Amino acid sequence: MNLAAHAPILAIAVPLLGGFALPLWGKIHPSLRNLWLALVASLTAALTGFVAVQVLTTGVQVYTLGASSPGETLSPGGFPIRIVLTVDALSAFMGAIATLLAVVAFTYAWRYLEEEEGKTLALTLGTLLWAGMLGMAFTGDLFNLFVFFEVTSIAACGLIGYRTWTSRGPEAAFKTMVMYTVGGLFVLLAIALLYGEYGALNLAYLARLIQGTTVDRIALGLLLGGFLMKVGAVPLHMWAPDAYGEAPAQAVILLVANTQTSLYALFRILFTLYGGVADPAIGWLVVGLGMLTLVVAALMAVVQMDLGRLVAFGAVSQIGYMLLGVGVGLTVISSQPAFGLVAIQGGIFHMLNDAVAIGLLFLAVGAVEKATGNRDLGNLGGLGHDLGWTTGFFLVGSLALAGIPPLNGFASKLMIYESSFALSPILAALAILASILLLAVFVRAFQGAFLGPRLASPKPVPTAMLVAMGVLALGVLALGLFPELVVRHLVEPAAKALWEGREAYLRAVLGG
Amino acid sequence: MSVVVRTIARILAPVILVFGGYVILHGHLTPGGGFQGGAVAASAVALVLVAFGAPAVKRLKAPFSVLEDLGGVAFVVLGFLGLGFTFFANSLAGMGSLFGTPVPPGPNPGYLNTAGTLPLMNWAVGLKVIGGLGTVLVLFGLVGRDDDR
Amino acid sequence: MIGNTPFVVCMILVALGLWALLSRRNLIKIVIGIKIIENGVNLFLVATGYVQDGIVPIYTYAPPDATMVLPTPQALTLTSIVIGLATTALMLAFAVVIHRHKKTLDGRKVTELSG
Repeated sequence: MNLAAHAPILAIAVPLLGGFALPLWGKIHPSLRNLWLALVASLTAALTGFVAVQVLTTGVQVYTLGASSPGETLSPGGFPIRIVLTVDALSAFMGAIATLLAVVAFTYAWRYLEEEEGKTLALTLGTLLWAGMLGMAFTGDLFNLFVFFEVTSIAACGLIGYRTWTSRGPEAAFKTMVMYTVGGLFVLLAIALLYGEYGALNLAYLARLIQGTTVDRIALGLLLGGFLMKVGAVPLHMWAPDAYGEAPAQAVILLVANTQTSLYALFRILFTLYGGVADPAIGWLVVGLGMLTLVVAALMAVVQMDLGRLVAFGAVSQIGYMLLGVGVGLTVISSQPAFGLVAIQGGIFHMLNDAVAIGLLFLAVGAVEKATGNRDLGNLGGLGHDLGWTTGFFLVGSLALAGIPPLNGFASKLMIYESSFALSPILAALAILASILLLAVFVRAFQGAFLGPRLASPKPVPTAMLVAMGVLALGVLALGLFPELVVRHLVEPAAKALWEGREAYLRAVLGG
Repeated sequence: MSVVVRTIARILAPVILVFGGYVILHGHLTPGGGFQGGAVAASAVALVLVAFGAPAVKRLKAPFSVLEDLGGVAFVVLGFLGLGFTFFANSLAGMGSLFGTPVPPGPNPGYLNTAGTLPLMNWAVGLKVIGGLGTVLVLFGLVGRDDDR
Repeated sequence: MIGNTPFVVCMILVALGLWALLSRRNLIKIVIGIKIIENGVNLFLVATGYVQDGIVPIYTYAPPDATMVLPTPQALTLTSIVIGLATTALMLAFAVVIHRHKKTLDGRKVTELSG
């Protein structure tokens, strides 16, 4: 039995098994449950890392479920009928982001969640959400994309609203669930349209067949709408600040990863599935939505008085930068591949940078809430006297988010500014303005919450939470100081997988 | 509920449970399977809930949630069984042991001891659905009572 | 000879559901609207699998010229029904919790979160 070949499915199956078994261990004893979770998490992290290394060294990995060997993607008729996992550099990149945030979230949750307030439930849902995200990243056919989409939706909404003794959590969860479900149904309808037209569900097979007919265009519109609902792009963003603001901190960073996984799925659809009939108009649409998102969300962040919601709007605006980068890439890639590649690299690099920086901010907000029981900027102040580490982490996170060199946000935003400037200077100007606005917002929040005279005596932040934040802060610094290294070894292969690697992706599944 | 409903529920609930079990057990031979059978069996819980009120099913909550977790674990473990070939590969079919009888071609009366891991997976899914739906029904039944926490 | 009738019906169902979703304020009715969309989509999925004079694909002594139905759409529909069950249960559970806190199901009155 060659375990190396099974790594992609094991990376999904292990957290799934871990999630189902977690409550059983929890019924016996909480420390057994923690031990089990640590085991599952480290095994999954090792597997995802292994898959990523394999993909980066040997190319696209294919895994067929239920066949007599993992590479047997086609049935005797030359038609892909089984469930196929296809992992290319972008999938591996996405899986790595999800895994990084999940491991940090569980480290943080160890001391952040209280035992009597549904900790077992939260950890179970978190593990299942992780499995769903890895599934979305690794899957090679459309229907499983939908299934894992819904797995992540249900687990994410459970995480937002499981604290039923509060009234705001369930309300945010209901709103989010409505958006996620309608988005999921749009995706399903699009899949049904494509299935009815071509009789296949395999992404690579469909990508070969796709003609760009009217039905395909309707399906693309539905897919765009569905995934954008889950991504939280303006004007479909109404759930995002509520969900980010009301969920417990360790769940929020899983939600950030979940949002990015949907973004990944959107890129997969736009480039791999519809790459053969790529249309610059779609690129302009994505650019427009990205601009709208980053400007509106930055403006909304200005008026927030709640620290959690303020960071939440910052998170929504970052989605705009990713859409902008990749949208610019989609617009120009067929005419100027080199220029398009830089734009896509910017967008994809920003996914990693955003995951690290916004994750750090949300964890810092969670630490503040845990220490003071309060998140209202009007009542906070002078936390810097007592919470030294948290203060530093918040500062690092906000500067990185605003794109101040030498932190990581600058590296990717520069790529996005450069490429969008080449497309249209107005885009770059607006994007830079939104960044400056965000900087102002975060400086105000930092000054309000952490500087000034001491207003209250907060409880100390547990070490496990500080360690979790420290990992992300180190990530912010490392990505900011050595962007060249990361871009060359991780981001560039991932960006190339979208366009130049499309043929390799198709060949890995279909042969020939 | 009235005595008529209670009496009929007493008679029907076991029958519905048995039928649910039948649908799960024959999932690989006839229309149906884990989810359908589990949903049928869970409807027995709904019937008892309607006829006798929430207190009658309240103590089932803990066993149901254990059942649900066990079903999920069993399903993934069955997937791991196929790892000799690939995940979810049907490694038991045609091997002669449990559910391993090879099926002769042509019309047949329905040989139960066939299909390898499929019947086992049906049972795993069935347990999960009974547990999950049962928990949902019991929790909804308890809504609005003082003891709903 | 049923032509495009199922597809038209599906689209009517989806449109009705969307209308319910957008025009109603009661949380339960919003859930019902989502269920109507979902049923429309499921019907669409099943309808794509329809084959004129098709036979069941498990018949081992089928005549060589028989047209068999591909079972995939039915499997997909079943999966989506199962998922729909889970999402509906979750949404209703949240509605119940919201009602317990606010004593109302009116979407306009329960809103604490905005802006």
